[in-house]
Amino acid sequence: MYLSLSDWTSRKASGADRAKTVAFKASPTVIALGIVSMLTDISSESVAAVLPLYITGALGLSMVAYGFFEGMNQSISSVVRIAAGYAADRSNKPKPIAVAGYGLSMAARIGLLFATGFGGILAVIGLDRIGKGIRTAPRDAMIQQASQPEHLARSFGVHRLLDTVGATIGPLLAFVVLMLVPGDYRMVFVVSLAAAVLGVAVLALLVPNRKLVQEEVAEDRGEESSRSVPRPKFRELVRGPLGKVLLAAGFLGLLTIGDGFVYLALMEHGQLDAMWFPLLFVGANLFFLSFAVPLGRIADKTSRAGVFVLGHLALALAYVCAGAGGSLLFLICALALLGTFYAATDGVLAALAGQLAPHGATSTAIGAAQTVVAVARLFASTGFGVLWIFLGSTNAMLIAAALLLLLVPVAWRLLLSKRKEPESTLTS
Amino acid sequence: MTKQAAGISAQTRWLILAIIAVLALGSVTVYAVQAFGRYQARTTGASAAQITDKLHDGNRIVFRNTAMGQGYGQIASVAIAEPQGPRELSQTVCDRVDATTEYISCMRTQRGIPTTFETRILDAQANTVVEWPLPGVPSRTRISEGGLVATTAFVTGHSYATDSFSTETVIKSVQGQDFGNLEDYSIFIDGQELTAVDRNVWGVTFASENKFYATVASAGKTWMVEGNLAERRMNSVIQNAECPSVAPDHSKVAYKKRRAQSGLAHWDIAVLDLKTQQEIILPLEQGFDDQLEWLDSQTLLFGKPRTGSTGDSDVYSVKTTANSQPQLFIKDAWSPSVVRTTG
Repeated sequence: MYLSLSDWTSRKASGADRAKTVAFKASPTVIALGIVSMLTDISSESVAAVLPLYITGALGLSMVAYGFFEGMNQSISSVVRIAAGYAADRSNKPKPIAVAGYGLSMAARIGLLFATGFGGILAVIGLDRIGKGIRTAPRDAMIQQASQPEHLARSFGVHRLLDTVGATIGPLLAFVVLMLVPGDYRMVFVVSLAAAVLGVAVLALLVPNRKLVQEEVAEDRGEESSRSVPRPKFRELVRGPLGKVLLAAGFLGLLTIGDGFVYLALMEHGQLDAMWFPLLFVGANLFFLSFAVPLGRIADKTSRAGVFVLGHLALALAYVCAGAGGSLLFLICALALLGTFYAATDGVLAALAGQLAPHGATSTAIGAAQTVVAVARLFASTGFGVLWIFLGSTNAMLIAAALLLLLVPVAWRLLLSKRKEPESTLTS
Repeated sequence: MTKQAAGISAQTRWLILAIIAVLALGSVTVYAVQAFGRYQARTTGASAAQITDKLHDGNRIVFRNTAMGQGYGQIASVAIAEPQGPRELSQTVCDRVDATTEYISCMRTQRGIPTTFETRILDAQANTVVEWPLPGVPSRTRISEGGLVATTAFVTGHSYATDSFSTETVIKSVQGQDFGNLEDYSIFIDGQELTAVDRNVWGVTFASENKFYATVASAGKTWMVEGNLAERRMNSVIQNAECPSVAPDHSKVAYKKRRAQSGLAHWDIAVLDLKTQQEIILPLEQGFDDQLEWLDSQTLLFGKPRTGSTGDSDVYSVKTTANSQPQLFIKDAWSPSVVRTTG
């Protein structure tokens, strides 16, 4: 199948055909960044898994207020994400900003060792979320910069694979620690801090501090070199193919209701004990990490936009499976499809945004795409909560699936309608 | 091709990384060995509290023992007449307990991969009568004389899940009846049906085998509601009232009242006279966060984590008269429950 979006590309031509001819070589930078993310996810997810236990069990605090702060943190994280992406583009050096983001989360882990009151805990969580917001876009820009353009989605797949391995190990590690030394949450925090320190060390020491845009002309004209970095304009971001990607990612995101609901729907059928609930997340993650690289590869060879859009088909089918049945078959099917959805969309969207970004705005573009998705998903889960209450889990799931199935062709048309002449509006 | 920062060779970088790795993993190991030693001391050493094999029968207080050493976390009881005296331990470990003369409701955490939670009902001989899984971290439990059991658990999502927090409050009976999740009941606030979906229900207290009080929260506000099990309906009684607790003679309800202030939550104790609708507020300098328990018609009990310690807490008593301040009631205790065998 010939799909045209891959031909929209700007400076780095990355036609689907080239992905077949150019051999894939995993970049050491991408692998190093993957290991950084893996260590950081081990760090953050091990804490996330035990934080509720710690707050209520060890500190004896009520968690009611915690929920309200969660929403606030999500919003802060989104805003910070675009800002950090923009700052990375302006300075042309994403690494220091990424280091600041990872470092902030590391500092939050140190704070956790000493925070005893509710206010302290909230401050620490807030700091961690800000760090997460800061690091994401610059890091993805670094991945893009270090990748072969024709294998961009596959590179992101490699990164997301390592990232997800960390997110899966983290909670398991925390529970192992608590089994060995029951009640010693500080032990979990110490392990988490060590992982965060290692993550920052790998980033600082092994990832090269490259410029995002190489100054080809200005090299011999020293006094003008600072002006050769173009200032990313938000107007440029929303025009052309990138704007369409943001639009499509936004309205598809409005029907991405959050895995929590999918798991809850599976639980509602009563086949599973509540104790298996946390393992559903592990199950979906295993599928995510297994498919991240293969789907990235397919995206490079066919069409990144195509795989991104079709990934939402997997999500719709996951809703159907979650809504439909209480048998083990439906359960596995839902988890597999959910993992497929993440594998087909998470890294691929970053690759797509990076590929279509105007010159000198890679980081901002990736940050913008991720923010659009995050905000849309926040609306989605709120809206879906209403459906859930009024119609019950099965009906709500099926309605969400139906709406998503309707939107997938719309997104396909928007991103992949065949054009006679490949667009080349994005001159650099 | 790669422009590394000046001066440091790749070899040196790997060396620095190796040193950091050794230091980080070494610190973790040292800490782990110490932590394991502390855990051993905490669970196998002599209890910090005075233990007795058998209490005299009579009115008692059942609670979670938080004294370091053997028996940490287990259900304990002391005589009401001698709350600081020796405690009798039961083998079951619980996070929250509530007891009647016949049964004990015990919310517990099961360590494992993953950590799970359950409600276990014990009879007076500490045998398990029935148990069922809980969807999240134990928070509150109350058991009625007739065997109705209410539990509130914090259901927490994963950090990647957007809907990360809510409470789930269910009522079941020892005999096996399931009255469902209270969020699904009809809720009326000042006569208007609450249709908002961001509702949360927690902290049930039983006034009879059909009537109960609980907390409903929506849009950042809380109400104490009076509930009817048979009609599956709850009506608001008063705003800004959490975790109610009905007095033994059912004439009053004591609860947490949030102080109007910005920043961190601070709760004072309030007592509502159900006949006159008069509310008395007992301001607490340090605040508190627990479901109150009536010791007698004029005294309330609550647990409070000990400042500067992880895992230890104490139970305080406070008179319901104006200007009274909390007094230490039982050291190294949590989740107190008063069991009256007489009167």
